[in-house]
Amino acid sequence: MSDQIPAKGQVPEAPEPGQPATIAVAEPSKAQQVLREIMGGSAMISVLAVVLALIVGAILIALTDKNVQAASGYFFSRPGDTFKAIWDSASGAYSALFQGSIYNFKRPEFATGIRPLTETLTFATPLIAAGLGVAVAFRVGLFNIGGRGQMLVAAGAAGYVGFAWDLPFGIHLIAAVLAGMVAGAIWGGIVGLLKATTGAHEVIVTIMLNYVGFYLIGYMLRTPGLLQAPGSTNPKSPAILPTAVFPELFGPQYNLHWGFVVVIAATIYVWYLINRSSLGFQFRAVGENPNAARVAGIKVKNIYVYAMLISGGLVGLAGVAQVLGTVTSGFSSGIDAGIGFDAITVALLGRSRPIGVFFAGILFGALKAGGYSMQAAQGIPIDIVLVVQSLIVLFIAAPPLVRAIFRLPIPGVVKTPRTPVTAARKAEVSK
Amino acid sequence: MSTVESTTHGVPSAAPIVLERAAVRNWKPPIGLGAFAIIAVLIFVIGGRGGTTTFKLSTDSDLIQLPPIFAPVTVVTTVVIVLLFLGAIASAYLSFTARKTPLWLTAVFALLFLAAFLTWAAADATIPIPGLLVGTVGLSVPLIFGALGGVISERVGVVNVAIEGQLLAGAFASAVVASVTQQPVAGLLAATIAGVLVSFVLAAFSIKYIVDQVIVGVVLNVLVVGLTSFLFSKVLAPNAAVLNSPPRFERIPIPVLGEIPILGPVLFRQTIIVYIMYIAVAVVWFALFKTKWGLRLRSVGEHPQAADTVGINVNRTRFWNVSLAGAIAGFGGAYFTLGSVGGFNKEMTAGAGFIALAAVIFGRWDPIRATLAALLFGFASNLQSVLSIIGSPVPSEFMLMLPYLVTIFAVAGLVGQVRGPAASGKPYIKS
Repeated sequence: MSDQIPAKGQVPEAPEPGQPATIAVAEPSKAQQVLREIMGGSAMISVLAVVLALIVGAILIALTDKNVQAASGYFFSRPGDTFKAIWDSASGAYSALFQGSIYNFKRPEFATGIRPLTETLTFATPLIAAGLGVAVAFRVGLFNIGGRGQMLVAAGAAGYVGFAWDLPFGIHLIAAVLAGMVAGAIWGGIVGLLKATTGAHEVIVTIMLNYVGFYLIGYMLRTPGLLQAPGSTNPKSPAILPTAVFPELFGPQYNLHWGFVVVIAATIYVWYLINRSSLGFQFRAVGENPNAARVAGIKVKNIYVYAMLISGGLVGLAGVAQVLGTVTSGFSSGIDAGIGFDAITVALLGRSRPIGVFFAGILFGALKAGGYSMQAAQGIPIDIVLVVQSLIVLFIAAPPLVRAIFRLPIPGVVKTPRTPVTAARKAEVSK
Repeated sequence: MSTVESTTHGVPSAAPIVLERAAVRNWKPPIGLGAFAIIAVLIFVIGGRGGTTTFKLSTDSDLIQLPPIFAPVTVVTTVVIVLLFLGAIASAYLSFTARKTPLWLTAVFALLFLAAFLTWAAADATIPIPGLLVGTVGLSVPLIFGALGGVISERVGVVNVAIEGQLLAGAFASAVVASVTQQPVAGLLAATIAGVLVSFVLAAFSIKYIVDQVIVGVVLNVLVVGLTSFLFSKVLAPNAAVLNSPPRFERIPIPVLGEIPILGPVLFRQTIIVYIMYIAVAVVWFALFKTKWGLRLRSVGEHPQAADTVGINVNRTRFWNVSLAGAIAGFGGAYFTLGSVGGFNKEMTAGAGFIALAAVIFGRWDPIRATLAALLFGFASNLQSVLSIIGSPVPSEFMLMLPYLVTIFAVAGLVGQVRGPAASGKPYIKS
């Protein structure tokens, strides 16, 4: 198995739902065919899913808006007022979302106007890293819900190296990043090891390790000499030394840091790992069918361990990015900020493909960044972002639904829609 | 691994497999028990404490007063350590002679360990046993309802990761409806309906649109968290008096049974929700294993093709039973508001749905075992709060970790390779 590096496409992968199957269509004109594929294809579905989710979000915002409620009280005498109020609330919310996530037109020059976009990328950094981790596990057929625990121990390790060790610039940062990733990898590796040796269900173990990690870090954060800031009684760590902080990417007026570059590198690495390497081939084989993989001579149990190690390390990178990049003034046990769970939706939206995860992470980062400005400017709770995110994933996962809503043509002969993520299964724990 | 070794690896089908008797020695139980015995030595001897612990067996309002038990710490821990080692040796002997370690031995072992631990942790203090157990039941109620929902759903072949969402939706709906109507019973009804609605989405997406069930479940959780938090901040919080002050159920003591020492206050002085829970557990167990409905349900979850051939409509069976599962879980969600806290709060289920999911797997998809697992979780988290009041030598975080660590140990060591319903998680496409 060692030197068998498969060429791309050697493993027939399940076509994504909604993607045109390769079967030839009874040929109308070429142009018509192209149009049909664009209209019914996977990219169109994704765009429409986002639109649909935003529409549902707008309805929610409008329904709960005070002005809309007031105007609807006299709907039958002046219906225009109601529609205007609905338009005002929805457009106000979404323009705040846009200006908080991409470009702020209220700023005079480009340098400050573009700041929201860098905020988006800052929010996207840990989401992509953790999403990649969850995606790697998905590809092997493992469901890693343990992002929270892995991020926390990674944050703890990276933070400890970051504030307690005294190393020169550069080396310090690398040491801290590695410490965090190793800690995350260990936390994930425990799961793989337990699954391989005892058959323990990874869903249970990851959930349980979330709590264990949370309480462990909580204990360390309030114990002097471990992670607690000296002279403080709060459960909070001291600030990270400047030598261990990710430098800003575009200067001090933006929060975006070099962690984003590391995450780009991680995306490329995962792409190489999954699509080009021998290990990745084994990952995918186990993910598609562990029994067939075993018959083919792949050591399935080892693959589980490797996959969870890599998965945990990548999720750990998210924790590292938080501690060494975003929140450098010391962290508390809420440092994971729900990213461990968001990462699951990111991985699902990205269909567990590295590139897909990258852009899904940026989209969710934009929603997060914009959500905060929406909350500040329009008083709309940030939770609406969760609604929009989950609806996007739901709609994307069910192309027939989106097609039905928009009455789109079905491109070509659609094969039985198989789900992209083989992960999710199945009580195939029994071997 | 406890498979029959002689049957593996390509034995021709004609070979008389049955005649060969493979002696299977499963060393997991003795190793697990031995590890706990050693842990006991580490805790009780190295962290030895003197004094006497008082176990209070009756509350002041009891009709029959039991005298408290006084347990000298050193004596109890020493005796228990000896017994624990005897238990581990007995288990090792049984394994050596290729026999199974009986469940009662494990149970007695666990009880002994627990008793010694309580005695040790509370040295020179009083532990109110009824209080400890009453709290256990209280914390377990939503877990048990959630686990019952999970068992039904998974037995019929749909993985239910959305328990968390169903509980939360139930809690939200019951709080709002009970506040508006001032009728807690109406709240219960609303909670049930809310759970069913969440299940409808799960069922529709996983059965009609054949989206991966775990994906739908995860996304639904996020969706419900987002929706309820959004509506809470936007609608409930500003109008708390009208929309979020539900009346609570009163405790109804059952006349004679409520006077039984220890058990009376724990089991028979509860709210109506708890009494319904007793009935629900029994009914679900009976219905699953003793009725035609249960047989059909399980056959659909194990082998949908076979079920289809004998005329069972697989997808319809799945749809309605998943809805039923949602109803049960949603009902349990009402306990958060009407049974314990009162008002709704953001994310008030706090991961209970995931613990319920763990209980389902821990309980091997059996309603009774899942209930016991849920009780174990409830007990462990309540033990922590009781001990933190008394002031235990262990940092509270480690106590909080304990249930999760025990679960990991149990899943890895004792439960081992659990096998769920064979077709759970797989959509059924009639061909």
